[in-house]
Amino acid sequence: MEFIYYFGEVFTPTALMLLVGGTIGGLILGATPGLSPTMAVALLIPFTFRLEPAHGLILLGAAYTSTVAGGAVSAILLKIPGAPANIATTLDGHAMAMQGRGAEALQLSFLSSAAGGIFGVLLLIFLTPMLAKWALAFGPSHLFWLAILGVTVIGTLDTNSVVKGLLSGCMGMWLATIGFDDIMGAQRFIVHPSLTGGISIVPALIGLFAIPQVLAMFARGRQPVGSDVIAVQKHPIGRAMREMIRRWRALSIGTAIGSIIGLIPGIGGQIAGLVAYDQAKKFSPERQKFGKGHSEGVIAAESANNAMVGPSLVPLLTLSVPGSPTAAVLLGGLLIHGIFPGTDLFDNHPDVAWTFINSMLIGQILMCIFGLYVAGLAARVAQVPQSVMAAVVLGLAVFGSYSVQNSMGDVYVMATLGIGMFFLERFGFTAAPLVLGLILGPIAEANFTQGSMIADATDGRFGYFFGGTLNIALILIVIASVAYSAWMEIRQRRQDRADQAKEAQA
Amino acid sequence: MRQWQHVIPSGAIAALGLWVCYVSFTQQPAQAFLFPRLISSVFVVLALWTFGRALLGLSRAGTGIGRTMFLNILPGLIVAVIYIFWAAEVLGFYSGSALAFFALLSLYDPAPNDAAKSWLRRIMITVGFILVMYLLFAKLLSVFTPRGLFF
Repeated sequence: MEFIYYFGEVFTPTALMLLVGGTIGGLILGATPGLSPTMAVALLIPFTFRLEPAHGLILLGAAYTSTVAGGAVSAILLKIPGAPANIATTLDGHAMAMQGRGAEALQLSFLSSAAGGIFGVLLLIFLTPMLAKWALAFGPSHLFWLAILGVTVIGTLDTNSVVKGLLSGCMGMWLATIGFDDIMGAQRFIVHPSLTGGISIVPALIGLFAIPQVLAMFARGRQPVGSDVIAVQKHPIGRAMREMIRRWRALSIGTAIGSIIGLIPGIGGQIAGLVAYDQAKKFSPERQKFGKGHSEGVIAAESANNAMVGPSLVPLLTLSVPGSPTAAVLLGGLLIHGIFPGTDLFDNHPDVAWTFINSMLIGQILMCIFGLYVAGLAARVAQVPQSVMAAVVLGLAVFGSYSVQNSMGDVYVMATLGIGMFFLERFGFTAAPLVLGLILGPIAEANFTQGSMIADATDGRFGYFFGGTLNIALILIVIASVAYSAWMEIRQRRQDRADQAKEAQA
Repeated sequence: MRQWQHVIPSGAIAALGLWVCYVSFTQQPAQAFLFPRLISSVFVVLALWTFGRALLGLSRAGTGIGRTMFLNILPGLIVAVIYIFWAAEVLGFYSGSALAFFALLSLYDPAPNDAAKSWLRRIMITVGFILVMYLLFAKLLSVFTPRGLFF
């Protein structure tokens, strides 16, 4: 119950101001199609440099929570999901809005987001210290395999092609080795003076997540804003609360599925909403109403994608293995403040850890309150032309990258990685494993080097890295995640071929 | 999407992988390149596998880049590259940003170009954005940006 001691920290004027600002800003950013939660958090990192670590994390955590929920606004009122996590919300949320029940859909989405989110953060509060203590048993070889596990899990589960996902992870790990070697001081892969200090995490994160979205907005050309915002009539909040409680089955399914998916590294919120929607439909006695404006569809999808947020931070805060791409960006935010996840975080910086986690709990309530008031404004912002959004994001990316070390080199790195990633994404590569490789690469290398030194003095490298129950368990999980994803990819390919053959016959 | 498009990125990555592998295994001191050797070995195998599949026309993932998409991106990309790699430092961070911002609005804003109102709106948005950036970064965060020829 240590977290209770640090609740007061969330209510200091600075912390509360950042929490409210991050929540409102996140709701508006989340509602804007094309601006993903990951990108929003990456763009905010430069603003946290001059803040205390706990305050910086409060801002990032509030943005993470509310961007996921904010995406429901444009999903309901514009039929454009603000983020991939809100795809399932569009199915019934927009249908409700078309029937003149937009306010009810918004209220249900924020109430169920808060309910799911609070449950998710409670899981984070109670599971994290236990796992962090367990992490004490980890030596260099285990930490090395954990870093490899983090990259392979995201590289295989979060992509369309297992080989390309793993290749992206390898590229990230290689990028992390650029610069001077820590032990020998040798130069490695420095082909341009901008790379002398290595690749800074923040400009890389901004480049990899923001620039591809800017170019994707350019790709749409001079496209006018397509859809109109549906007008929202007043709806008593009490009635929405009663409706949510009446639909407890959908709420429980969404919350449970979101929490479980969040705990599995690499899967993330994109599928949490869709899986919960599908299961809620299967278990509902009114399944024929799904897709036609049924409140259960909104409740299941939104409770799931916010219930995922807290648990996605459990593997991050305990084992340095982020549960989602946004959690990977948060890891970058932790590392730039010199804070390492695991026992270091809870033993040496309990104030930072618990203030951050508590702020996420309060953030869920604030998100619900402000969400209901900001929805109209957020929907208007979602209609801002893509040209303006693209130019604003590009400007923020350049200023944010430069401000990290007052260096144009960082801006060049950001732009090069971002432009390269946009083109690679068109061919099945993804940014998430590359980012994981970049963040976990130094952790893997430090533990590999340390482990090699210990191994040379004891039972040899093979025995040290491949022996012991924990090493073997971690290696088996790495192999299982790769094998499972490869099997799923092969099955999908066979299915596609069969579908094509059927179409050709028809 | 034409299959040959896959050959270009996978070929470039395979070439990068081979170079990384070559450097890792030839540079000294060996101790400093121990981890890069491990990574580059996996990197080059996966890169050559991907390249081989692309050459055989077996690459499936991704949507590729169509002609319309490429032509839509090109003007914005050119403006962004000139802004980042030249204008921000030579002209000055804020003046370079203002010019790039205005150019991007003019290129992609769906509002008609023959209406004076559209241009006035673009100028106002540009001035507003640069003002916010200046207040945020120069005043609040005390970030000293390159002055260049102007500001």
